Amino acid sequence: MTQIKYHMLVCGGTGCHASQSDQILKVFQEQIIAHGLDTEVQVIKTGCFGFCEKGPIVKMMPDNTFYIQVTPADCSEILEEHIIKGRRVNRLLYENPETGEKVSDSKHMGFYKKQIRIALRNCGFINPENIDEYIARDGYMALGKVLTELTPEATIEIIKKSGLRGRGGGGFPTGLKWEITRAVKADQKYVVCNADEGDPGAFMDRSVLEGDPHTVLEAMAINGYCTGADKGLIYIRAEYPLAVERLKVAMKQAREYGLLGKNILGTDFSFDIDIRYGAGAFVCGEETALIHSMEGLRGEPTVKPPFPSESGYMGKPTNVNNVETYANIPVILNKGAAWFAAIGTEKSKGTKVFALAGKINNVGLIEVPMGITLREVIYEIGGGIKGGKKFKSVQTGGPSGGCLTERHLDTPIDYDNLIAAGSMMGSGGMIVMDEDDCAVGMAKFYLDFTVEESCGKCSPCRIGNKRLSEILEKITQGNGTLEDLDKLQNLSNVIKDTSLCGLGQTSPNPVLSTLDNFYDEYLEHVTSKKCRAGKCKSLMQYLIIAENCIGCTLCARNCPVNAITGERKQPHLIDQDKCIKCGACMEKCKFNAIFIK
Amino acid sequence: MEMVKLTIDGKTVEVEKNTTILKAAKDAGIDIPTLCYFQLKDMEIENRPGGCRICVVEVAGRRNLAPACTTAVTPGMVVNTHSIRVLNARRTVLELILSDHPAECLTCAKSGNCELQDMAQKLGVREIPFQGAQSTYRKDTSPAIIRDVDKCIMCRRCEMMCNEVQTVGALSAVNRGFMAVVAPAFEMNLEKSPCTYCGQCVSVCPTGALTEVDHSRNVINALADPTKTVVVQTAPAVRAALGEEFGLAPGTLVTGKMVAALRRLGFNYVFDTDFAADLTIMEEGSELLDRLTRHLNGDKNVKLPILTSCCPGWVNFFEHNFPEMLDIPSTAKSPQQMFGPIAKEYFGKKLGIDRRNLIVVSIMPCLAKKYECQREEFKVNGDPDVNYSISTRELAHLIKQSNIDFASLPEEDFDNPLGASTGAAVIFGNTGGVIEAACRTAYELYTGKKLEKVEFNELRGMENIRHATIDFNGLPINIGIAHGLGNARKLLEDIQAGKSHFHAIEIMACPGGCIGGGGQPYHHGDSSILKARAAAIYREDAGKPIRKSHENPFIIELYKEFLEKPLGEKSHHLLHTHYFDKSAGVFVEE
Repeated sequence: MTQIKYHMLVCGGTGCHASQSDQILKVFQEQIIAHGLDTEVQVIKTGCFGFCEKGPIVKMMPDNTFYIQVTPADCSEILEEHIIKGRRVNRLLYENPETGEKVSDSKHMGFYKKQIRIALRNCGFINPENIDEYIARDGYMALGKVLTELTPEATIEIIKKSGLRGRGGGGFPTGLKWEITRAVKADQKYVVCNADEGDPGAFMDRSVLEGDPHTVLEAMAINGYCTGADKGLIYIRAEYPLAVERLKVAMKQAREYGLLGKNILGTDFSFDIDIRYGAGAFVCGEETALIHSMEGLRGEPTVKPPFPSESGYMGKPTNVNNVETYANIPVILNKGAAWFAAIGTEKSKGTKVFALAGKINNVGLIEVPMGITLREVIYEIGGGIKGGKKFKSVQTGGPSGGCLTERHLDTPIDYDNLIAAGSMMGSGGMIVMDEDDCAVGMAKFYLDFTVEESCGKCSPCRIGNKRLSEILEKITQGNGTLEDLDKLQNLSNVIKDTSLCGLGQTSPNPVLSTLDNFYDEYLEHVTSKKCRAGKCKSLMQYLIIAENCIGCTLCARNCPVNAITGERKQPHLIDQDKCIKCGACMEKCKFNAIFIK
Repeated sequence: MEMVKLTIDGKTVEVEKNTTILKAAKDAGIDIPTLCYFQLKDMEIENRPGGCRICVVEVAGRRNLAPACTTAVTPGMVVNTHSIRVLNARRTVLELILSDHPAECLTCAKSGNCELQDMAQKLGVREIPFQGAQSTYRKDTSPAIIRDVDKCIMCRRCEMMCNEVQTVGALSAVNRGFMAVVAPAFEMNLEKSPCTYCGQCVSVCPTGALTEVDHSRNVINALADPTKTVVVQTAPAVRAALGEEFGLAPGTLVTGKMVAALRRLGFNYVFDTDFAADLTIMEEGSELLDRLTRHLNGDKNVKLPILTSCCPGWVNFFEHNFPEMLDIPSTAKSPQQMFGPIAKEYFGKKLGIDRRNLIVVSIMPCLAKKYECQREEFKVNGDPDVNYSISTRELAHLIKQSNIDFASLPEEDFDNPLGASTGAAVIFGNTGGVIEAACRTAYELYTGKKLEKVEFNELRGMENIRHATIDFNGLPINIGIAHGLGNARKLLEDIQAGKSHFHAIEIMACPGGCIGGGGQPYHHGDSSILKARAAAIYREDAGKPIRKSHENPFIIELYKEFLEKPLGEKSHHLLHTHYFDKSAGVFVEE
């Protein structure tokens, strides 16, 4: 009998995959065989660990050693030192940035300390392509329990009591949604998994699907049992090939085990799942647009009601939930509603997965209890702002969320608080900005995304967002007027008030929240023609301080547009008409002779 | 019926459950402005994408404003249709739409008939506070329809008409965001699409994004050319609608004034397409009887039902969509195209005018007629049988340009011989009219008996698909009627599936038939206008001394003097046609 003593978990998420984790896996396997250790050591490709900043990650079990930024060249050292000689490879351990100490177990790292992993419970633990590993961690137990012990009503009751709300952004109570779909009488119903993760920088759904696809399949089957549907559809963007592949593998395995298909676990309940591909339109995350896209129609929203629960896919009652919502379902049913409801705030229960990005030290995927503050997320988990810069703002809720500031740092994060603060939960994007980011520029950056992604169906979103963007552009060019600031405010409010779907109803949030939080910066742009962050090129000039310039000509030689003139050993001059403000001169100058005005 | 009580602008209103706020308000005398919303009442035609957001209203307790056109009333709902918040939002939304609309009202074909222009006036917009980029596209001119979609406001009415009502599928929304617009697939030209030129998109377009190709200048040039003899033919539906362009009530018959106006415009002979409609009945009716008798005699090769072929939009539709059934429709040309060769080869020859010096102009309620008269098979050595086809609207413009006070014109009569017609011909303008006219003649020819009552009321009406069985002296003839191409498609699919029990089917592409044609004065969604026109057509029929095509003395003379007999050699040559498979290569760029 073989006795596996060591498991080596190698991250197979998209991020680490891009940094050669496949190669690492291969080298480990080859060397294990070369050392004759294949009966004792097993290498497993897992889903995302979340700490993408430090990837690729290799975790050693059972001693929980967490190696970071591993390269294929490090493999033999890990094998020979850690496994054969029983000594940790110190140089590959995480270093606490404050104390300089090496940390070997991830649970002692700031990044993981405050996290509670429910939706991501299996990501980084199991081989997503092996159903047995999922089952070993209580997988499909909830489905079995529900099918054999619980009525649909009783199951829905548990979900309702847990307080779970939709993780796709809307925050609609999940149990209630199931109950409404169940109540509608129809010959055919559908359950849909919304995996059209469209927020730039967000990858929580992708990580769940890549790291733990079975949890989604199990939850969809439970949803089908509860709502009376025998058909499930996963709407996933075609840009997620790895997630699609793992889903396909998982579906095949589940069918082989009788966990999908006819008469699941010997009961009367039959349920199967198909995949539908999206072309990556942001608006197709909106459930009516998603359904139209699945039907082969133009992906654009229609007015609700009718809600999909009454008339959805092919006109049949359809229950749409997001990947992360599904990932919570089996755990809630296994551990109970009370256990889940004990986590979080009064109205927002459980945890939320965020994709932490931007000017922050620890970029990655985190799952934290509702009610945690932005300060804890940014400074404790995120490790603070990169390069010791000053925190300026954090954008939550994706491109149509709001920019929150210092004064919101101690606000507990939940659905309602974020909306009250002028932002939203969204699907969980969290982008941190520092003092080098311009408030007007931030607003324009996010708005330009929604301008591109508007479906164009309703006038305020189609034209209004474009006009907002044009006004912002005018301001960053130094041509804005005070009247423009009023226009921004009024137009933003009207777009929110009159747009057809959630996209338009939230798209002006970056404008409104920056107007609210950084009005003085807008004023500066308009009245003093100044951008304090130095980001608006039209509002800045590169100038040479004559006293400091020794006439080394380095700047002139590096200027790509020949805008700098001057004799050797004489102070140089920048021709402002030619300057394209690329900053190459300032970068090259060794005498601090160039500054930005 | 469950009733719902609510308050709109302080008024208590009680309406049926599921009523929209828009309709509940309308019933209470509150006229909430709309732009994309469109309805032809009682005709199952409705467009409410909820896209323009002009009709937004404030509903107490609701976070955002509600589109009145798509929001159903709820018990106790409190609606405010003109609060400051609503007025500001509505005006801002309109200003946005206007900010992406070319300011070309002075030269726009739709000026004066434009719903966007009206809305700007209604809301008192005096300046457009938003300046910025305009979404611009390639202008697309087809044989009948011009797409100038810079003026498109994405109301989607045309798309609804083209896809849901007509099931043609030539137009749909393309692109995203600011550049979203309605266009043929891949933004190809309309001419490369399955467009039938029915013109229903034009008739519902609120702006000048879709208009007809204007041929009135060609007509003016022809009239001014002393070497040309210019004759004009007027379709039956024109006389029931032209008056609307001059402020007369819908349904006013202006046959005599129209003739007088055409004469004052300088046409040498003012003739009537109705004459050709009588001729159509002679040919098509005979074809029906021929196929019917052969069928009754056991001929297995005979195709039934016979389908009418007067409507050029319909002809285009089956050429594109049912190429395997090209042998089913009647081979009879449409009245417009029967008139052309008769005018040039019979009337013109009689007067000794070379066909190239005889210009035939048609006044049509239709845009597909523009395409029809340009078809190669309707030309002799490059000379078209019908030179120019202009719409009712274009004729109205011509009359206005020529300083003719239409209302004070005397009633005048058509010229002979091609101006004489029967009541059977005039009802061609209504859905069911062609088949009723055919029955009047076919019955008498088949049974040899005189019809006691010429009206077949069972063939009349506005239902989308109608059917009736006419007793031909013991022989039951099953008649089907469809107006609107989507309804036609249903009947065609039945034939394909072998489920059709009809002997004859009349199909008109436009809702209501030609009275609702794409070239008629704009009805702006008022279906009572269509009904008034239909009633006028039946009035004109009832007032005619002769009401059966085969009794038209000039038709009898035409056969005696020239054509010899229906379906004869000359008829075959001049009055019948064949059809083409247009299903393939629609989108192939030449």
